[in-house]
Amino acid sequence: MEKVLMKGNEAIAEAAIMAGCRHFFGYPITPQTEVAAYMSKRLPKIGGVYLQAESEVASINMILGAASAGVRAMTSSSSPGISLMSEGISYMAGCDLPAVIVNIQRGGPGLGGIQPSQADYWQATRSTGHGDFHIIALAPNNIQEIVDLTQRAFDLADTYRMPVMILGDGILGQMMEPVELRPNPSADLPEKTWATNGTGGKRKKNITNSLYLKPNQLEQINIERFKRYKLAEEKEQLHESYMTDDADIILVAYGASSRICKNAIAQARAIGIKAGLLRPITLWPFPSRALKHAAEHAKAFVCVEMSMGQMIDDVKLAIECKRPVAFCGRTGGMVHTPGEILAVIEAVNGGETA
Amino acid sequence: MTHERITLFAGHYGSGKTNLAVNYAAALKRLHPDRRVILADLDIVNPYFRSLDSADVLGGVGVEVIASRFANSNLEAPSMPGEAITIFDDKSCLGVIDVGGDDRGAYAVGKYADYIREEDASVLLVCNKYRPLSRDPRQVLAIKNEIESAARIKFTGVVNNSNLGGQTSPEDILSSLRYISDVSELCGLPVAFTGAARGLIDDLPGIDGLFPLEIYGKKEWQIN
Repeated sequence: MEKVLMKGNEAIAEAAIMAGCRHFFGYPITPQTEVAAYMSKRLPKIGGVYLQAESEVASINMILGAASAGVRAMTSSSSPGISLMSEGISYMAGCDLPAVIVNIQRGGPGLGGIQPSQADYWQATRSTGHGDFHIIALAPNNIQEIVDLTQRAFDLADTYRMPVMILGDGILGQMMEPVELRPNPSADLPEKTWATNGTGGKRKKNITNSLYLKPNQLEQINIERFKRYKLAEEKEQLHESYMTDDADIILVAYGASSRICKNAIAQARAIGIKAGLLRPITLWPFPSRALKHAAEHAKAFVCVEMSMGQMIDDVKLAIECKRPVAFCGRTGGMVHTPGEILAVIEAVNGGETA
Repeated sequence: MTHERITLFAGHYGSGKTNLAVNYAAALKRLHPDRRVILADLDIVNPYFRSLDSADVLGGVGVEVIASRFANSNLEAPSMPGEAITIFDDKSCLGVIDVGGDDRGAYAVGKYADYIREEDASVLLVCNKYRPLSRDPRQVLAIKNEIESAARIKFTGVVNNSNLGGQTSPEDILSSLRYISDVSELCGLPVAFTGAARGLIDDLPGIDGLFPLEIYGKKEWQIN
């Protein structure tokens, strides 16, 4: 298959179209605007709907409506815009609606900045909105993986009837790499018998709702929903192991910072330190099994994030604190150099627990 | 290398205008070490990956860079650098203009349309066969017309900048020659040159008008 040269943001948009998404509602914000720009050019030509909403609050509620009608829908934003979507995402979780939400993170908190960041990990994996719920969070680290995972995101959303987030950052959104636009076909997906797409006079009406007047009924629905989450946790953990087999020190990083880690590992190995990388591809469900296994032979871990340290707790929990976990972070839109990561690797190798 | 006093690079988003403009300015300075060479970054669309990223390289070879004072900052003010007018005021200098992508980016350069029309300027449409929305020459023609109407200036030539980033092979360049000749015919514009990474030039013997490119701006997150 012929390769094309694409930006991460464009690849997300094209992959969504390949997955059958014909409904995009969004609002521009750097550094994700190309997702919307690409959709605005492509969707009208293929019978789709591109609509620039008046705000992120409106976008996510349009997504709720489209998902409720049973079609594949996507929205995209960057950090502050995702915060505005919180309420709608919670409503979608409460209505068991599948959709894909893209967050190309920038520096925060607040209006922050427009440069790349990974400081929305907590938001994506812990608390995208109020109430008892999870969303699936996928973290690609190259453009080909963006093409494959974006398509997968729609399948996961439909399989588990829950919102799925593609969690990228300004680097992944803006960088260009050659990709094959290869289809990643759906497995057997459940029929959307719940969709509010017209009864045709043949069935009882479907209602999309997250309001329950009886607390015991709401409790029961939450318990049932968490059984689905449990299934996703068992079946959907994804990770990449890179030079971990003989590694004494294992870096844990996702997205753009995991790319810098690979360069740092080359430098560490050149000076005789056996370093490797365990890269979570699903952030929720977190690849705890792989990390627990890695802790059996590695001596120490280094969590590398473009944040003040948000994933590090998940690493400690996954390895049940059996090994020391050091941290190497940049924040506010600043990006690690391989040398900075190497310095932490060397310190840990020298016995410091940082 | 023949050239006009002013050379302008415009084209589809992500076609490689900035890297071309940086290389072109450096080549002009090598050719005319005693003349003032100025690169004006007029990209008001994309706050990432700017000519300014190569300011150190260009400063080292004596090329002046004019960019928005807010480029590479957190202030996303789509402002034009006032100093860009220098290119038209100082008739003794050689000017290279890097325009933002698509028609959206080209509106900005319309500010200088009258100045550009007064000059013998090369206005070049940068084309990359491997970009998904400019694979077909008819798509390029549509982009050309959109940019011309936004910028209120006419192109004078096309540049073949077909590449797949670091994975570009000599065959990829060879198979783009037919594409650029089709683009040239459809748009009614001559091919100014074909850009190719310097490392590929030796594997491309006998091709006319090859322009060797350094790939500037390699970042710490680029693997290999």
